[in-house]
Amino acid sequence: MSDLALGNEHHHHHPFLQHHFEDLGQQHEASTLGMWMFLCTEILFFGGILCAYWIYRVMYPEAWAVAAELQNKLYGGLNTIVLIISSLTMALAVRAAQVGSRMWQLGMLFATLIFGSVFLAVKGIEYSMHWHEGLFPGSHFTWHEHPAVAQKVQLFMCFYWGLTGLHALHMIIGAGLLLWIIGRAWRNDFGPEYYAPVEIMGLYWHFVDIVWIFLFPFLYLIHGVHHG
Amino acid sequence: MTTATLHDVRLVGASTNRNYINDEYGALSWLLTKDHKRIAILYLISVSIMFVLGGFFAMMMRIELLTPDGDLLTSDTYNKFFTMHGVVMIFFFLIPAIPAVLGNFILPIQLGAKDLAFPKINLLSWYLYMAAAVVGLVVIITGGVDTGWTFYTPFSTQYSNTHVFGTTLAGFIAGFSSILTGLNFIVTIHRMRAPGLTWYRLPLFVWAMYATSVVMLLATPVLAITLTMLMIERAVGVGFFDPALGGDPVLYQHMFWFYSHPAVYIMILPAMGVASDVVAAFTRKKIFGYRFVAFSSLAIAFLGFLVWAHHLFVAGISVYSAMIFSFLSFFVAVPSAIKVFNWTATLYRASVSWQTPMLYILGFIGLFTIGGVTGLFLASIGLDIHVTDTYFVVAHFHYVMVGGTVMAYMAGLHYWWPKITGRMYPEWWARLAALLVFVGFNLTFFPQFILGYVGMPRRYHAYAPEFQVLNVLSTAGASVLAVGYILPIIYLVWSIWFGRKAGPNPWGAVGLEWTTSSPPPKENFHETPVVTWDAYDYPAMMKAMGETQNV
Repeated sequence: MSDLALGNEHHHHHPFLQHHFEDLGQQHEASTLGMWMFLCTEILFFGGILCAYWIYRVMYPEAWAVAAELQNKLYGGLNTIVLIISSLTMALAVRAAQVGSRMWQLGMLFATLIFGSVFLAVKGIEYSMHWHEGLFPGSHFTWHEHPAVAQKVQLFMCFYWGLTGLHALHMIIGAGLLLWIIGRAWRNDFGPEYYAPVEIMGLYWHFVDIVWIFLFPFLYLIHGVHHG
Repeated sequence: MTTATLHDVRLVGASTNRNYINDEYGALSWLLTKDHKRIAILYLISVSIMFVLGGFFAMMMRIELLTPDGDLLTSDTYNKFFTMHGVVMIFFFLIPAIPAVLGNFILPIQLGAKDLAFPKINLLSWYLYMAAAVVGLVVIITGGVDTGWTFYTPFSTQYSNTHVFGTTLAGFIAGFSSILTGLNFIVTIHRMRAPGLTWYRLPLFVWAMYATSVVMLLATPVLAITLTMLMIERAVGVGFFDPALGGDPVLYQHMFWFYSHPAVYIMILPAMGVASDVVAAFTRKKIFGYRFVAFSSLAIAFLGFLVWAHHLFVAGISVYSAMIFSFLSFFVAVPSAIKVFNWTATLYRASVSWQTPMLYILGFIGLFTIGGVTGLFLASIGLDIHVTDTYFVVAHFHYVMVGGTVMAYMAGLHYWWPKITGRMYPEWWARLAALLVFVGFNLTFFPQFILGYVGMPRRYHAYAPEFQVLNVLSTAGASVLAVGYILPIIYLVWSIWFGRKAGPNPWGAVGLEWTTSSPPPKENFHETPVVTWDAYDYPAMMKAMGETQNV
C-alpha cells in the first residue's frame, strides 16, 4: 500500500485507474463501449451462420420440420428457463456491485455460475442422446427414419451442432470470466466508484443468453410451413 | 530551496532525453510492452518479414512466367505459390500494414491520448497476429496449400489434399487480431480525444482509420464464422456447403465475399487517410472539402458492404441480383472519386514540395484511379464475364492493392519515419526508390491489363507463346519493383543509426503528432494538449510565420 502511495505522489489515483485514462468515468465509458463493440462483432459472427441456416430453411422446409421434431423440447425449454434466471442473477450482481454489497455480489455471481453450469450439463445430456441416436454428422450419422430427407436432416444437424456448440463455447468462456470476477469480488474490488468489470461481464452474459433465445425457437420449435 | 531547484533541473533534463525507445531495455520490455508505439514497431518488423515472404512467392511466379512452358515450377507448386502469395500478402501484410503499424503509432498521438483505450488488448492482437503467422509458416514449410486465397468449396472441403485446415485456421486467428485492433481504434477515437479536439478537427487519417475499424469490426466476424464452417466441414467430412447433403457451394462464395469485398476497403481506406495527411503537409494547404473527404470514408465503408456479389457474376446468381450488385458497385465509385477530386483540387495551384512521401502519394493518386476505373469495367456484367479469371482482374486489383495501398503505406512510413525513429531517411535514395517502385509497378502490371483483355487466363504456370513478349515485360517490371522495395529496407534500417537527427517537426507540418518530440516520450505528451485549431490549419501557420518574419 505504501509503494502504491509513493508511485502516485502527485494525484490520489484510484488503485484501478489505468495510467492512460484521465479519470474513472472515462475508463468506465471506454470499457463499456469496448464491450458493446465486441458484441457487434459477435452479432455478425452468429449472424453469418444463422443467415446460412435461414437460407437452407427456406430451401428445405420439410427436412427442417422433421429435424425440429427430433429435438428434445423439454430439455431445450428447461435450459431456456435456466438461462433467463441466470440473466436475472447476473443483473442483480451488477446492482450489488454498484451499491457495494459484497455478500450479494458473491451470492448472485455464484448463482449465475451455477445456472450456467446447469445449462451446460443439460446440453451435455442432449449431446449424448443425439450421439447415440446417430445424429452427429459425418460417418457417425446413422439416422434413417425418413430416407427421403435423411441427408438434409444431416445438414440441419450440422447447424444444430455448430450453433449450439459455438453457443456452449461462449458459455464456457463466460463461466471462466465469472470465476475471475468472483475472485475479484471476493477481494472486494468493486464498489460504487468502480464496478465496470462486473457490468461488462453482465453485458457479455446477457448477449450469450439472447443468442440462446434465438437458437431455441430456430432449432427446437419452428416446424416450418407444412407442420406449422 | 537550492536542493529543490537542482532536483527540478534534473527532472527537466531527464524528461527531454527520455523517449519510448530508451525508456526501458531488454527483449522482454518489448515483448511484454503495452505501449502502442512499441507494439507498432513489433508490427512493423512482423509485417515487413511477411511482405518479403509474399514477395518471394510473387517473384518465383514471375520468373516461371518468363517462358511459355511450365519449366521452373510444376503446376502443383505454382498453384501453391499463388495461393500462399495471396494469403500472406492479404491477411499478413495488406490488412494489418497501415492500421497496425502506422495507425497504432500515430493515431493515439494524433488524438492527444497517452495510449489506445485497451493497451493489453493491443498487445494481444499482436500475439494473435504472430500465432496466425506461425500457423501459416508451419503450413508453408510442411507443404503449403493450393486452393487460391479464396478457399472455394467444394474444392477446399473435399478435393484439395493440401493444408486447407491450417491455412483457414491462420486466417481465422489473424481475423481476431484485426477485430481487436479495430475495436481499440473505435473506442479510442470516441473516448480518448484531447480537450478541444472535436470530430471536425480530427486529421483525415483518423476519419479513415475510424471507417476502416468499422469494417474490421463488422465484416471480419463473418469471415471468422465462414472459415469456422469450412474447418468443421473439413474436419467432420460433411458439412454446411456439401452438395451431397443439399448444401450450396455458392452460399460459401456469398459468405466469403461478404467479408472479403469489404476487406478491400480495410486495405484502401487507411491508404486514403495517409494520402490526405501527406497532400496537406506537402502543399501547405487545407484539404479541399474536408467534410466531403471525411464522410466519403464512411460512405465507402457502408457501400462496401453492399457490393460483394459482383465477385459472383459467373457463379450462377440471378440476372436481377447481378444487375443490382452491378449498380451498387458503380455507386461505390462516387465517394472514391470525391476523394480523388478533392486531393486534386488541393494540389491545384499549390506549391508542392517534392519529398518522398509526396512522390509516393502522387503515384498513389494516379495508380489508384486506374485501379478504380478498371474496377468499373469489372462491375459491368457483360465485360466482367468476358475478362473473369483473366490477367485483367489480376492487374486491376494489383493497381488498387499495390498501386494504392502499398504506395500509400510507403508514403506514410517515410512521412512518419522521423517521428517514429527520431532520424531522417536519406532523401536521395528514397526518391530513387519511389521512382523505381512507380516505374517497376507500371511495367509489371500494365501489360497484364492487355494480356487479360486478349484472353490470358490467370492461375496457370504455362501459357500460349503469343503472350510471351508482354509476360517478359511484366517480369522485367517485377525485378525493378523488387529493387524498389529492397532499397527502403536497407536505407531505413541504416538511417536508424546514421540518419540525420530529425527535430520534432521536420516537415513543418500541422498536427498533434508534430508538437511532441521525435521519438515521442513514453506517455506521448508531457502535458495533455489542448486543441484550439482546425486540422491542416496551414494557412494560419503560414500567416503566423509571415508575421514573425515581418517583425
